[in-house]
Amino acid sequence: MNYSASPLAIVIFIAIIGTVLGISYHFARKTKSAEGYYAAGGNIHWSVNGIAFAGDYLSAASFLGICGMIAVYGYDGFLYSIGYLAGWVVALFVVAEPMKRLGKYTFADALDAKFQSKGIQLMAAVSTLLVSVFYLIPQMVGAGTLVTPLLGLPHEAGVLLVGIVVIVIVATAGMASTTYVQFLKGSLLIIFSLVLVFLVLSRGISTSPDQGGNVEYHQFQTIGVTSLTEDAAVIEDTSYEVIGQIRVKDFVFVKLSKDGIESIWKYDEVNSVLSETQNIATLKDGTQLYNGEPKENGKFYQVGHLSEIAGQTDTATKGTMNLLTFTETIKEGTVIRWGTISAIDGDMKVDIYYQIPTAGTDVISPGLKYKVDSEKGALPKDKIDFISLMIALFLGTAALPHILIRYYTVKSPAAARKSTIVAICTIGLFYVLTLYMGLGAMTNGVIDLTNSNMSAPLLAKSFGISIFAIISAIAFATVLGTVSGLIVAASGAVAHDLMDRFFNMKLTEKKKVAAGKITAVIVGCIAIVLGILFKSMNVSFLVGWAFAVAASANLPAIVMILFWKKTTAKGVIASISVGLVASLGIILLSQETFDQVYHLVNVTAPMPISNPAIISVPISFITLVVVSLLTRKKSVPQPTITDASAIESV
Amino acid sequence: MIHGPAVEWKDDKTVVKKTRMGIIMVSIYILVYAVFVTLNVVNPKLMKMDIGSLNLAIVYGFGLILLAVVQAVIYNHYCTRLEDKAEAEDAAGHDDSNGGEMV
Repeated sequence: MNYSASPLAIVIFIAIIGTVLGISYHFARKTKSAEGYYAAGGNIHWSVNGIAFAGDYLSAASFLGICGMIAVYGYDGFLYSIGYLAGWVVALFVVAEPMKRLGKYTFADALDAKFQSKGIQLMAAVSTLLVSVFYLIPQMVGAGTLVTPLLGLPHEAGVLLVGIVVIVIVATAGMASTTYVQFLKGSLLIIFSLVLVFLVLSRGISTSPDQGGNVEYHQFQTIGVTSLTEDAAVIEDTSYEVIGQIRVKDFVFVKLSKDGIESIWKYDEVNSVLSETQNIATLKDGTQLYNGEPKENGKFYQVGHLSEIAGQTDTATKGTMNLLTFTETIKEGTVIRWGTISAIDGDMKVDIYYQIPTAGTDVISPGLKYKVDSEKGALPKDKIDFISLMIALFLGTAALPHILIRYYTVKSPAAARKSTIVAICTIGLFYVLTLYMGLGAMTNGVIDLTNSNMSAPLLAKSFGISIFAIISAIAFATVLGTVSGLIVAASGAVAHDLMDRFFNMKLTEKKKVAAGKITAVIVGCIAIVLGILFKSMNVSFLVGWAFAVAASANLPAIVMILFWKKTTAKGVIASISVGLVASLGIILLSQETFDQVYHLVNVTAPMPISNPAIISVPISFITLVVVSLLTRKKSVPQPTITDASAIESV
Repeated sequence: MIHGPAVEWKDDKTVVKKTRMGIIMVSIYILVYAVFVTLNVVNPKLMKMDIGSLNLAIVYGFGLILLAVVQAVIYNHYCTRLEDKAEAEDAAGHDDSNGGEMV
């Protein structure tokens, strides 16, 4: 679809960016020491830190990715909300206070507190860098996604803009500014998500959602088929001329022409009808046609509606609703979802988007993205993939470096615990809202089929440019804040863990801060490049990978150091290494990566699953146990966190 | 450069009890979460079962979010009470020793 900038959107956007930079400038003047740069001096109040946790965590993946996935797949997108929130239980009950007790600036500090091992310092730093970069990719993709409708700029400009602003933020003030940016953005995100859900419920649901009367909803047509063979098709509407067929996999598409405009229709053999699709044709010279016309003509429509409400299929509307009646209406209706398939037609590549009428009961139940029902063709590997994803989401949160370093910004272990509880309450509320924002986008005719990540901002746009500008600017600040946190974590890994500790470069406070800032610039540049390369992928899906890598590489080491006395330094090193290699190996050799990253057509990947946690997490745990047992004779048994008296000597 | 803990570490007598409570809490949550994931895989049709205006899938999902919040509040209450009690005992012990010197 076409996007154009509005002056109001630009003004609000600049105001938010200006505020963020103002906060950075304010704290830059106060940040002179390494502790100030990496841990905000440990002086953040737990309530502020709790909201900042929410700010860190409710990243582009949550706001853009989850809402987009719910808008396209219904309940399966909400599974991410459930898994992301569940992960905080591990963070609170297992990790929060011990991390605060054991560490100073980075997650490596805590891991290494008992061993003083060069190997742990190196591997923890490498793991932090890799997880941070994996997590950075979807944030940058989200930034590019947002800036297009907000400012009318291309994706690449958005990525570049975020990269530059974040580098300025992090390279000037570090963790203090990042914390207050996150606090501001986390608060605004919750408030305006509540507003958006209120507006969705107020508007109600219609079979012809016209965005509050502002945009006429395109009525997708069907045409009766008299006969259809591989060579010819005869249709009832004679105003169309049949010009060909596209057969791909089990699908039959018929190409029609009317007034010189070509269109593609999907053949429904059961009902003998053609249903209208949308398509993007890429010609040999690279020119793209949207539904047979240039993009500027605006003939590629936003979608998302119910074809049946309370048994009525004609124009039906249901007015203001509450949380219960909204889901009930969807449950009892039929939602038109959209599938996509690519085909080669002569010397053109055609991406065809076709309608999938889906019962409301299926929309608010699992199974539309993740195949779990054997009766619908789910294979054991599909089920394992689903379980693996849920494991990664559950275990990944407590092992994310940019979340872990936030425990060092408060004064005490009790404050770390309390800030985690504030985070759980705030994040829990937001994730409940994601279901309604996602379903709202699904039924309000706002989905851009070429980019599901835009669903929530476009839902806001359907209520007016002001709310859209505010929501988009907050989402942009969301990306800024999360990327800032990730870059602080990455720069800590390089400057503190590697340069200062591993290479023993004996940096002064000033040099350590300078090294962190230089690293921030380099990591920021890498993030910009990756954000452009991974443009088309769903951000929540990408974050799922970051969680899997964190859960596999970091969590086994954290848990075993805290709770198993026989853990040795070599066991920890081996566990992190194996966790990293196993999780990355599975991801890089999975079908999803083959299809969406390498763009290999009709190539079967060697790994049957895409989510590695179900294999890589146990392997990492087992490696730690085996190596620790094999190397323990040379080591003195170490105390665990439960040995209160022993911790004093840590 | 000092790489030790970010806070001045004092002997926290409450650590063992807090850790035990944390493990109990996380175990309960893991159990409920595992049942949720298992139901999705083994009997996805059950997740479509109507529960009022909603269905089991949504109610269970909201329930998991709510359970996390409730457990967090209970855990914090428990830990805070332990810490306050330990602090009071420390203060009492400190007063006693001072008192002893005075006598």
